[in-house]
Amino acid sequence: MIPTVLVIGARSDIGMAAARAFAAKGYAVQLAARNAASLGDDRKDLETRHRVSVSLHEIDALDLDSHEAFVADLPGLPDVVVCAVGHMGEQKRNETSLQEMAMVLRSNFEGPASLFTVLANRMAARGSGTLVGISSVAGERGRAANYVYGSAKAGFTAFLSGLRNRLARDKTGVHVVTVLPGFVYTQMTQGMDLPAKLTAQPTEVAEAILKAVEKQRDVIYVRPVWQAVMLAIRNIPEFQFKKMSI
Amino acid sequence: MKLSGWGRYPRAECTVSRPRDADAVGAAMSAAQGDLIARGNGRAYGDSALNPDLTLDMRGLDRILAFDPQTGQVVAEAGVLLADLIETFLPRGWFPAVTPGTKFVSIGGAIAADVHGKNHHAHGSFGGFVDWIDILGADGEVRRTSRSEEAELFAWTIGGMGLTGVILRAAVRLTPVESGWIRQTTLPAPDLVTAMALFEANQQATYSVAWIDCLATGAAMGRSLVMLGEHATLADLGTDEAADRLMQKPRGKKTVPIEFPAFALNALSVRSFNALYYAKGRRQAGTALIDYDSYFYPLDAILEWNRIYGRAGFAQFQCVIPLAASARGLEALLGAIARSGQGSFLAVLKRMGVQDSRFSFPMEGYTLALDFPMRRDTPRLFAELEAIAIDHGGRFYLAKDSQLTPGRQRAADPRTAAFTAMRAETGTSARFQSLQSRRLGL
Repeated sequence: MIPTVLVIGARSDIGMAAARAFAAKGYAVQLAARNAASLGDDRKDLETRHRVSVSLHEIDALDLDSHEAFVADLPGLPDVVVCAVGHMGEQKRNETSLQEMAMVLRSNFEGPASLFTVLANRMAARGSGTLVGISSVAGERGRAANYVYGSAKAGFTAFLSGLRNRLARDKTGVHVVTVLPGFVYTQMTQGMDLPAKLTAQPTEVAEAILKAVEKQRDVIYVRPVWQAVMLAIRNIPEFQFKKMSI
Repeated sequence: MKLSGWGRYPRAECTVSRPRDADAVGAAMSAAQGDLIARGNGRAYGDSALNPDLTLDMRGLDRILAFDPQTGQVVAEAGVLLADLIETFLPRGWFPAVTPGTKFVSIGGAIAADVHGKNHHAHGSFGGFVDWIDILGADGEVRRTSRSEEAELFAWTIGGMGLTGVILRAAVRLTPVESGWIRQTTLPAPDLVTAMALFEANQQATYSVAWIDCLATGAAMGRSLVMLGEHATLADLGTDEAADRLMQKPRGKKTVPIEFPAFALNALSVRSFNALYYAKGRRQAGTALIDYDSYFYPLDAILEWNRIYGRAGFAQFQCVIPLAASARGLEALLGAIARSGQGSFLAVLKRMGVQDSRFSFPMEGYTLALDFPMRRDTPRLFAELEAIAIDHGGRFYLAKDSQLTPGRQRAADPRTAAFTAMRAETGTSARFQSLQSRRLGL
């Protein structure tokens, strides 16, 4: 039986790297994104490199009404789902434009949570499956530099935690993995001056995801150093934190 | 961001854009005010893939688009690496028809530099195995070029150092192999004359290359280990090798963890290393089975080996001297290198075969390549070596160069005038420039 992975947000660097990593392991791949037809060359790449079957699926994470149909129309309910949907926006604009702020909140939290609700319930009915949510260390503490994005990711992280708890408690056979990548060299971070030791390549994130799925891990930091960094940041007292610029 | 070639010299602050598909390349180009250069995986040693105004990092175009198991033709985007092709197709019994000494070159870079390998004397350069190339031109149009369509542009692009347009994707032919093992025969040569005689006597070998001791003097000048290679057939393999004959199991990598201080490589350490290496090679002379990585890419096993030269970086000298003048030219070069006391232990001698191309490096004769750490007197040494090569009718490998001057480039390669004329005529000189093309007036 050939396992299947569904990658939502397949155009993102992490999403595509994950698709490649699973394809290399022999998974059939469902690529979902907006304007999915333009992923034709990526489909050819996966097919040529790994000789797996690949299908393309249109998805708008913000269009909640379409989510039930999106999942129902998949050629099969996947074994693994990786959700790499996300949108950072620009903090300055997120602070003033309510539309921009709502867009960031919905893209990082509401949309992925909606999709995972539909997928989790179907997987629970089947009795198996793994959901991988790409959240962010930015959700571990709200910072002036990106609290809109961070708060949406905080919401998503809490959602994943609760969903994992529910699915485990009810012995559904469905597992949830929370991935906290830290900095990653992607289109989203292009042009940012990122510290090399804290910054992962998308392929590294993808390998970490694959391993986490195989080992049924709950929460993973891609680079272990982030665990220490975030522990320190979480423990700074608020009266100090509010004056800091980190 | 600060960019350099593999030699880490020169370094330049470059605006970098990383497109992910052909449309994004076009958009980046039309948004650019000035000129630009495409960059692959940064394995050219000098300034071939640096442009401060805009350097296009093509590694985002990394899709393998098609493979024909009947012919071995693979269609791939420019940023796909030879390492990707090997990983994907060696398990199916295919290997790059031509490969340079690193597998971490991109297809686009391999075409632009028209790279050669240890089989140049037998099979020619990389360009000979390219069926077609899609090129984004100065006018923003994408053209499919081949030996029958847009043949002029195709011919100039192979070896054109990315100066004819942006290579977007290409069809290249792989060669069928029965295993990832190489049957290597090591032949010690106590001096240059013997080394050359061994190359001449082994023209039928698929692969041949020599490590040459550039610091040996007197009777030992040019002492070498000539290494011949053949793709091992099933019949050549023992049970251990046959168990994983197409090398599907991953193997580990070492990394040079820090930059070596500049004094780590000096004449004494290199001289001793060379003496030991030659002695070891002589003891182990004969035939052995080794895996393709150890045969073709010994240095790739040490990721970031370029850091052993320290922060100042290094420059590689590589010339080819036409056959008739090879012996005299090499002797003069080796003499000058030994006198300088600076040569590195990574020195390579290779017999090249006949090649007829517009602007590619190879020609029939002998090529010599070696590294020099960048020091204050390095440019003077290069000027001396380049003058010797030019006196013997030699020319230089632009993919390695960071030291040539416009005058020496023109003196070495009379084809330069036609290349620049083509550039002016097609309008490509206005849109595609690298620090190298500016330095040499290409």
